[in-house]
Amino acid sequence: MTLTEKILARGAGKDSVAPGDVVFAKVDKLMMHDVSGPGVIKVLEEWKKRGTNLKRVWDPDKVWVTEDHFVPAADKISAKNIITLSNWTKRFGIKKHFKYGLGQYGICHTLSHEEALVLPGEVYVGGDSHTNTTGALGAFAAGLGHSDIAYVLHHGQIWFKVPETILFKLHGELPSYVMAKDVILRIIGDIGTEGGNYKCMQFSGEAIDRMSMEERLTLTNMTTEAGAKNGIIEPDSITESYLKERTEVPFQCVLGDEDANYSEIHHYELNQMGPIVARPFSPANTCDVREVQGVEIDKAYIGSCTGAKLEDLRAASRLFKGRKVKVRTEVLPAAQSIYISALHEGLVNIFVDAGCVVGPPTCGACCGAHMGVLGPKEICISTTNRNFPGRMGDIESKTFLASPLVVAASAISGKITDPRDITT
Amino acid sequence: MNQLEGVVHKYYRDNIDTDVIIPGQYLKIHDHKELAKHAMEGIDVEFSKKVSEGDFLLCGRNFGCGSSREHAPIALANSGIKAIIAPSFARIFYRNAVDGGYLLPIEVGEETCRQIENGDRIIVDTLNSKLVNVTQGRKSYDTKPFPALIARIIEAGGLINLDPHQLIDV
Repeated sequence: MTLTEKILARGAGKDSVAPGDVVFAKVDKLMMHDVSGPGVIKVLEEWKKRGTNLKRVWDPDKVWVTEDHFVPAADKISAKNIITLSNWTKRFGIKKHFKYGLGQYGICHTLSHEEALVLPGEVYVGGDSHTNTTGALGAFAAGLGHSDIAYVLHHGQIWFKVPETILFKLHGELPSYVMAKDVILRIIGDIGTEGGNYKCMQFSGEAIDRMSMEERLTLTNMTTEAGAKNGIIEPDSITESYLKERTEVPFQCVLGDEDANYSEIHHYELNQMGPIVARPFSPANTCDVREVQGVEIDKAYIGSCTGAKLEDLRAASRLFKGRKVKVRTEVLPAAQSIYISALHEGLVNIFVDAGCVVGPPTCGACCGAHMGVLGPKEICISTTNRNFPGRMGDIESKTFLASPLVVAASAISGKITDPRDITT
Repeated sequence: MNQLEGVVHKYYRDNIDTDVIIPGQYLKIHDHKELAKHAMEGIDVEFSKKVSEGDFLLCGRNFGCGSSREHAPIALANSGIKAIIAPSFARIFYRNAVDGGYLLPIEVGEETCRQIENGDRIIVDTLNSKLVNVTQGRKSYDTKPFPALIARIIEAGGLINLDPHQLIDV
């Protein structure tokens, strides 16, 4: 069995499962946020009217809640949603509620690894499509909608069709100006936004063996853009040390079998790779950064679960140091802990000196919610994950997706720029 | 529930994503009728005015890709849409549509999508996995049968009406 099959088999209490089997898996962790949470609460209210009342959550210690999409409260409705969420977590005894302005908080997927809320081998469901991110820790992590999350709150289990696994073997070593973001954009460009639909995308190879945890998380994060049910990476010593720095809870690393079946195996040689950009209006509309260099931009955005982890900020700061931005540039660390590290390492000074505005952790403009949304015909280059029409604001705005290095290089020159061209 | 009849609204393009079905700025809204007013706003701002109760949507491959927002099937269902006909669906949209009991995702071939015209009156026959085109001389098309588990959830009107033990080994 593959790693995903093994985790689902254990969750379903079976000796083995195969792709296509429908299983009911016991859930180890559940997450919801300030958008999906009130949506789930609304579903629970509807179900109550129909006679199914949630008296207690199946296991309050397995549930965690974040405030990330519309925070700090964007307007009166958002403020009300956060009150609704807070009342609910209090009533149901959910202790892990990460509130903005109260110490550690941030984007749900970022907290999942920063706080080691999910551990290898677990079945983790979240009320958000980018839940796939957390699979980089060696867990089965999949996004669900409100009704499914509400169902898990009742029963502690949910159905899954066991996905077939596509294996991406990454060989060689990333050049210094290329990041995991470039790799996943290239893969999505190759297989398309439906290329992973209903499937698991697993990454392995010597480039993965050498890759940091945060970079691995960028890969699994954007498996969502290929439609994948989950992204996953087998845990190793890097995973173990990353998690042991963050939690004292013991865990066991589960690996796939040697003779596991993969429905497809794709090989990528990274040594020769250059930076990749996804043009509007699809994450699969990719090209070499050279093909779009010189395109004038109105704004650069460094934020989101995809592109505002500490290493993303460090990468951007390498280019910003001692330079000024030519277009408005926003930097929003993905979690408070990352903000604090960026502050201590001097990164925030570098950003501010360069002319960027540094904002609070929030999903913000990545999903067109608030704080820096795009106006009509504005062109943005962004470290985020989607660029569908209207994704970051006005329906006539355009977003190019790229790595933090490409976004920083472009912010400095005011047009899309290959980071290799910013040398002096 | 085995037979539904309605008018088709055709937006035949691939990868219609949930940012288009219900833009991100409306995610803070949880009033279903209010969400319905903004359904498909990213493609057609007049959409909710064009749809009548019981109508169908016909779209291209990978319908509902992108964000997991359940707002998407909620907005469409509350605008009156009862089924979506498409060659394929993104997984979370499909789950949300079925498990929430909002509307039917009907999978058909690409050729069927090309043949059905905007405004055609269609009968969706889930029992026999068929579409009947009333407008085009009762021409009939095959639909992909629902897997057993999905059929069971649809029959129950949503996942909440079933306990896990009623679904294991369906």
